[in-house]
Amino acid sequence: MNTIYLDHAATSPVAPEVIEALASTMADIHGNASSIHTDGRHARKVLDDARASLAKKINAKMTEIIFTSGGTEADNTAIFGTAYARKSEGKHIITTQIEHHAVLHSCEKLEREGFEVTYLPVDATGRVRIQDVQQALREDTILVTIMFGNNEVGTIQPIAEIGALLRDHPATFHTDAVQAFGLEAIDVQAMHIDLLSVSAHKMNGPKGIGFLYAKQDVKFASFMYGGSQEKKRRAGTENVPAAVAFAKAAELASEKATMRNEQYKQFKAILIEEFQVAEISFQVNGHPTETLSHVFNVTFPGTDVESFLINLDMAGVLVSSGSACTAGTIDPSHVLLAMFGNDAPELRSSIRFSFGLGLTDALAREAGKRTAEIVNRLVK
Amino acid sequence: MVETRDPSQIRVVVGMSGGVDSSVAAYLLKQQGYDVIGIFMKNWDDTDENGVCTATEDYEDVIAVCNQIGIPYYAVNFEKQYWDKVFTYFLEEYKAGRTPNPDVMCNKEIKFKAFLEHAMNLGADYLATGHYARVDRTDDEVFMLRGVDNNKDQTYFLNQLTQEQLEKVMFPIGHLPKPEVRKIAEEAGLATAKKKDSTGICFIGERNFKEFLGQYLPAQPGNMETFEGQLMGKHDGLMYYTLGQRHGLGIGGDGEPWFVLGKDLKRNVLYVGQGFHHETLYSEALSAVKMSYTTKAPKTGTFSCTAKFRYRQEDSPVEVTIREDGTAFIAFAEKVRAITPGQAVVLYDGDICLGGGTIDEVFKNNEKLTYVG
Repeated sequence: MNTIYLDHAATSPVAPEVIEALASTMADIHGNASSIHTDGRHARKVLDDARASLAKKINAKMTEIIFTSGGTEADNTAIFGTAYARKSEGKHIITTQIEHHAVLHSCEKLEREGFEVTYLPVDATGRVRIQDVQQALREDTILVTIMFGNNEVGTIQPIAEIGALLRDHPATFHTDAVQAFGLEAIDVQAMHIDLLSVSAHKMNGPKGIGFLYAKQDVKFASFMYGGSQEKKRRAGTENVPAAVAFAKAAELASEKATMRNEQYKQFKAILIEEFQVAEISFQVNGHPTETLSHVFNVTFPGTDVESFLINLDMAGVLVSSGSACTAGTIDPSHVLLAMFGNDAPELRSSIRFSFGLGLTDALAREAGKRTAEIVNRLVK
Repeated sequence: MVETRDPSQIRVVVGMSGGVDSSVAAYLLKQQGYDVIGIFMKNWDDTDENGVCTATEDYEDVIAVCNQIGIPYYAVNFEKQYWDKVFTYFLEEYKAGRTPNPDVMCNKEIKFKAFLEHAMNLGADYLATGHYARVDRTDDEVFMLRGVDNNKDQTYFLNQLTQEQLEKVMFPIGHLPKPEVRKIAEEAGLATAKKKDSTGICFIGERNFKEFLGQYLPAQPGNMETFEGQLMGKHDGLMYYTLGQRHGLGIGGDGEPWFVLGKDLKRNVLYVGQGFHHETLYSEALSAVKMSYTTKAPKTGTFSCTAKFRYRQEDSPVEVTIREDGTAFIAFAEKVRAITPGQAVVLYDGDICLGGGTIDEVFKNNEKLTYVG
């Protein structure tokens, strides 16, 4: 049976143009971007072109882009880097209960080191309330880290409003934009964002590269020590081919963002239609309007996620749910837990479909049919 | 009931533990052409302060083996069911001064119930495990037979399986002696070929039993006495001792070694005595509850067969009487040592495992022994 890939929020296929950019850079550019000779300068040139191109996508300066190994490293650098650089000013951090584990586990580690962390709740749509952010702010708050768009349910946070709120507060504002970048318009200046994390492989780029945008004057301590790459903010020889491929992927994403958002909305509509035709009961989770177009989280009452996911896999429908836990089992999603509370049926019965390159209306429809058939079999 | 379909049309879910036995079970089924899926069950979280969890390591082995065999693999979490159905029972039995058998309960409630149901929900025709037991499918009944490796036979732990469950079960390595299983694994180059066999109760593993139990149940130290009332020392808590046990008493001196002979729960006293064959350890009959039968029709009336009262023991000839309330009275042809309430009594007719129950009361000279727990 053919497989239908609906897990683009986990990772996405690399676009052919990106593979071409990666391969040709790897073949043609072999210098170390830090070397002072001809080949080094050559590498530095294409690296900085990629950097400039990426910077433009979020209205940042080229010098504000620090390449990392991916989203996780960008988040870790932002959080630990800020906490350590500003610990003399305060030890309070604000985040939300629905962040990616790269953020949550970093905050938990800082708590064990003596920092205080406020984990803000969200409403049933997965949105944080501005007044909660405001109330949580303290004089000694040094960092506010709130994700742009959620990876499990798609809900977009009021980033511009939070940015505006923080204009009158010295806290550094970080947002994890790994899922949003490439689909949502991001303007770090207009939104008053100090730090922002992005990963290439979520938007048809290669794995192993991402960036942290760090506003020019923002204080943060380096996370990696060694050479003086990335203006001493991230040691390690730059991965030039990956950076070029990353920029290419971002270029493609921005060209096609409007079209893709429309297409993904259509996929959601098709799936809903198939579920309705099959007369299965379902509930769409997240925010009706403030949502990433490619993430579609659905509860199918009466299903059990572990059995459901395996059945979907065997039917060639590749989706996910929550996050992988120890030993390959599935932990109840902390995002759904924050939205619906302990013991809510949603925790056991929800699936995330996520859309991207290669998916068509026909495939989405076929996936909807196969899913509905399994639900009908499992829910007796 | 005798399978006639082509193996490629038959989907078999293999319960994989990350050990060599279930690895070879999956490997053999795949060789035979079945549509095989490997599933790892996580029943217990023993993540330590360093984040190390044996389940994670075992699952890594499952992944390696499944990739070698070329079958899909998944994991399923039964921690909650295991806690509710097996661990709670385990603690309750210890609290009541008995010696529970969590492996029997795990097979009954988790592996061949919750997990079997999970497998069926995946469209499986059979659930296979790496147990040393065999199933014999005839036209109208499925029989559970001992594994051919007498030293490894695990029917003792499978005694609560019913006909309905057996219809859906395969034991692909039950016809093999253990060394042969290892050899197959080695020849196939399976990642688990040289992995050490797990020992003891799965959730305790290699850890100290006393320490483990002490985390969940309060231990009440008390006196060790002979039946004559002589004080022989202190015990650490009655739950730490089982009938016929020799080690851990700490009584030195001349003469034969000392053994646990019984418990007085009310006085919190542990009875001890000298000699492996101490007369008090021997009994003539027992009564069993929670009787369950592997056969199509439940056993009734009075019949002769053989029985095991603990794992890896030689069979003893017995006469069984099934009472009207479903409990069983089992009289031994010869006296048997250290019959322990809470443990399983399992009945055999030749190679066929008929079923079994939980030892409830123990008798000698037609009187119930009150000191055995």
